[in-house]
Amino acid sequence: MAKLRQIAIYGKGGIGKSTTTQNTVAALAENGKKVMVVGCDPKADSTRLLLNGVVQKTVLDTLRDEGEDVELDDILKPGFRGTRCVESGGPEPGVGCAGRGIITSINMLETLGAYTDDLNYVFYDVLGDVVCGGFAMPIREGKAQEIYIVASGEMMALYAANNIAKGIKKFADSGTVRLGGIICNSRKVDNELELLKAFASELGSQLIHFVPRDNMVQKAEINKKTVIDFNPTEPQAEEYRTLARNIDANQMFVIPKPMTQDRLEELMMAYGILD
Amino acid sequence: MLECTPQTITERSAGKINPAKTCQPIGAMYAALGIHKCLPHSHGSQGCCSYHRMHLTRHFRDPIMATTSSFTEGACVFGGGANLKTAIKNVFAIYDPDVMAIHTTCLTETIGDDIPSIISSAEIPAGKLVIHTNTPSYVGSHITGFANMTKGMVNYLAESDGKPKKEQVNLLPGFVNPGDMLEIKRLVKAMGIKFIMFPDTSGVVDSPMTGEYVMYPSGGAKVEDIRDSGNSKLTLALGSFASTDPAHQLERKCKVPALTLKTPIGIKATDELLMALRQSFVQEIPAELATERGQLVDVMTDTHFHFHGKKVAIFGDPDVVIALTEFVLSLGMVPIHVLTGTPGNAFEKKVNAMLLEAGVSARVKAEGDLFELHQWLKHEPVDLLIGNTYGKYIARAEDIPLVRIGFPVLDRSVHSYLPVVGYKGAMRIIEMISNALLDRADRDAKDEDFELVM
Repeated sequence: MAKLRQIAIYGKGGIGKSTTTQNTVAALAENGKKVMVVGCDPKADSTRLLLNGVVQKTVLDTLRDEGEDVELDDILKPGFRGTRCVESGGPEPGVGCAGRGIITSINMLETLGAYTDDLNYVFYDVLGDVVCGGFAMPIREGKAQEIYIVASGEMMALYAANNIAKGIKKFADSGTVRLGGIICNSRKVDNELELLKAFASELGSQLIHFVPRDNMVQKAEINKKTVIDFNPTEPQAEEYRTLARNIDANQMFVIPKPMTQDRLEELMMAYGILD
Repeated sequence: MLECTPQTITERSAGKINPAKTCQPIGAMYAALGIHKCLPHSHGSQGCCSYHRMHLTRHFRDPIMATTSSFTEGACVFGGGANLKTAIKNVFAIYDPDVMAIHTTCLTETIGDDIPSIISSAEIPAGKLVIHTNTPSYVGSHITGFANMTKGMVNYLAESDGKPKKEQVNLLPGFVNPGDMLEIKRLVKAMGIKFIMFPDTSGVVDSPMTGEYVMYPSGGAKVEDIRDSGNSKLTLALGSFASTDPAHQLERKCKVPALTLKTPIGIKATDELLMALRQSFVQEIPAELATERGQLVDVMTDTHFHFHGKKVAIFGDPDVVIALTEFVLSLGMVPIHVLTGTPGNAFEKKVNAMLLEAGVSARVKAEGDLFELHQWLKHEPVDLLIGNTYGKYIARAEDIPLVRIGFPVLDRSVHSYLPVVGYKGAMRIIEMISNALLDRADRDAKDEDFELVM
C-alpha cells in the first residue's frame, strides 16, 4: 500500500486556494485515490464544492454543541467520489482564538482515528496567512510533509508567497516539511508564466502547474461543483487533472530559499510588472 | 541544595532561574480582597485560580476565596464570553458578593477577550457591581497586578461630586500585609485626619476565629468610601510601583492631587508620611506618635552595635525593598546587594540615589532573579539576608541568617498580623535583625566568648 501523503496548501487570501484544492482533489478522486480534505479556515468554505453545497458542521461547532463526546461521523462527510471532507471551523470574527481552533480540531481528528490506513492523500487547505502558531499546525510535528503555494503574477500574491516560503523554511530547517512547488492560478497578468517560473526557480523550487483563467470555474462554483464534477469534458477539467498528475508524480521537494524584498522587486521589474 | 550555583556570572539574555516575582493575578486577587464583600474572579482556566488562591492562603494562613471562568478548550477557541456571563450569573446567585472583581490571565489576554463588552452584555443583579482589570502575567509582576486592580477600582468606582474637595485623604497602601494597613490607619487616625484606604485587606485576610464561618468578613474598603475618594483633597500613594498608577488615574478622573511616598518602612519614610499629612491638613504630630518616634530613636541608639557596619543583601518587591534599603542605611548597615524581580528602571535609580548619598557601592538590579543574587553573594558575602521565604535556600547554602520580610512568607506565621511600617514596625524590624545577628553570634561563639549580656 502506498504511503500516505499529507499536503498543505498555502497562499494569499482570495488567490483561489480552496477552489484549486477541491478541483485537484476531485481529479485525484476521479483517478481512484482516497483523499481527505481538512479545511483549516474559520470561514469553513474549503469543502463546499466537493459536498455540492451541503453545509458541513465544523469540528469546532460540534465540539461546542456536543462537548468532548464527538463521533467521527459527526464531522467527516463523504463528498465527490468518496472524498472525506472535514471543516475545522473556528470562532466568529473578532473573538476567541482561531489558531488554537485549528490545533484543537487536528488533534481531535487524530484522536478520533480519521487518518485511516487506506488514505492516499490528506489535503490541508489553510487560511491565507500563517498569522500565528495555530495556522502552522498542519506543517508542524510531521503532519503535512509537502506544501504547495498558490500564487499568481500579481505583486501582492508573490509577496505573500515569498513570506510563506520564509515560514516554511523555518519549519523545514528543523523538521521534515518541504516545498513541493508553486501552483499558478492565473490572473492573466502579462508575462505571468515566465515570472512564475523565474519566481519558483529563485526559491529553489518549481512551477508545478500553470492553471489558466477560465470562467468555467466560476460557472461550476455557482452550481456548487468542481469543474471535474460539473463538466468533466471541459478543457479546464483537464488542467486540474494535469495538476493532480504532476503532484502525484512529484519528486522535487526542497527547503525554499526565500528572497529579500529587494530581490523580489528586481524580479518583478525584470518581467515588466512594475511598469 | 543550591551547591551547583556557579560563582562566575555569565551574561544571560533570556531565562530566569528562581524568579523573585510572581504572576500579576496574585496581586490583583489580593487587591480585590481589599474591598468589603468582594469576590475576586479569575477569567481563565482553573489552574491559575487554584495556584493564586493557594499562594495567598499559604502566606496569610486564612482561606482565600475566588471564582474562575473555568476555561475549556472550546472557551479558548470561541472566546470566554459565554463562560464569563455564566460565571457572573452563578457567582451572584450562589455566593452573593456585593462586588465581583474580574482579572484576566495569560490565556484570556492572549486570545484577546474584551472584558468590558462582555460585562456590559452580562446580566448583573440590581445593586451589585462588577469591576475588572487586565493582568497578563508576561508583563510586570504581582505588584503590577496589584496596581492594575487598584486602578480598576478607581476606573469603576471613584466619582467626584463636583463640590469643593473634602478634608480627607486617600491612602493607597500598596502590596503590604493587613497588619501594615492597620498600622498606617492607626497613624493617620492618631493625626486626627479623616481617610479612605483602598484596597484595605485588614479585617479580611486576618479575620478572627469566631466559631462561625462568614464568607465575607467585616473588613475591606466600603464601595461608598471608594466612590467618595474622588472628593478627597489628596491621595497619598504609598510605594510608587504599587500605588502611583492608580493615584494618577484618580487625579485624571476626579482631579484629586496625588503624592507618591515610599512605603512607610523605617524612620525616614514614616517621618515623610506624617510630615506630608501635617502639611496638607495643618495638624500637629500628636504626642503619642512623638513618643513612639522617640522610643525608636532610643532603640536605634542603644542597640546600634548589633547591626552597625554589617553587610546586608535585600530582595523582594520594589516598594518594600526601596524603603527597607533606606531604613538599613539609617541603621548604619551596608546594603551591598539590592534586587527585585519586578521590572522597572525607577527601582535602580531610586536605590542607587540613596546608596550614592550614603556613600555605599552596591549591586542593584530590577528584573533580577535569585540565581543571580546567589552569585553576587558568592562574590561578596554578607552578614544578613532580608527577603521573602524563597531566600531560605540561599541562606542555607551560604550559611547566612535570613530575616523574613515581604511576600510571600510561607514558612513562618503571625507575620501578616504585625506591622513592618511606622515607628512600631521599624522597632519590630530592628528586633528581627538584631535577634538574627545575635543568634548567629551566639551559635558561632567559642565558650570563652559566649556572652550573657549583648
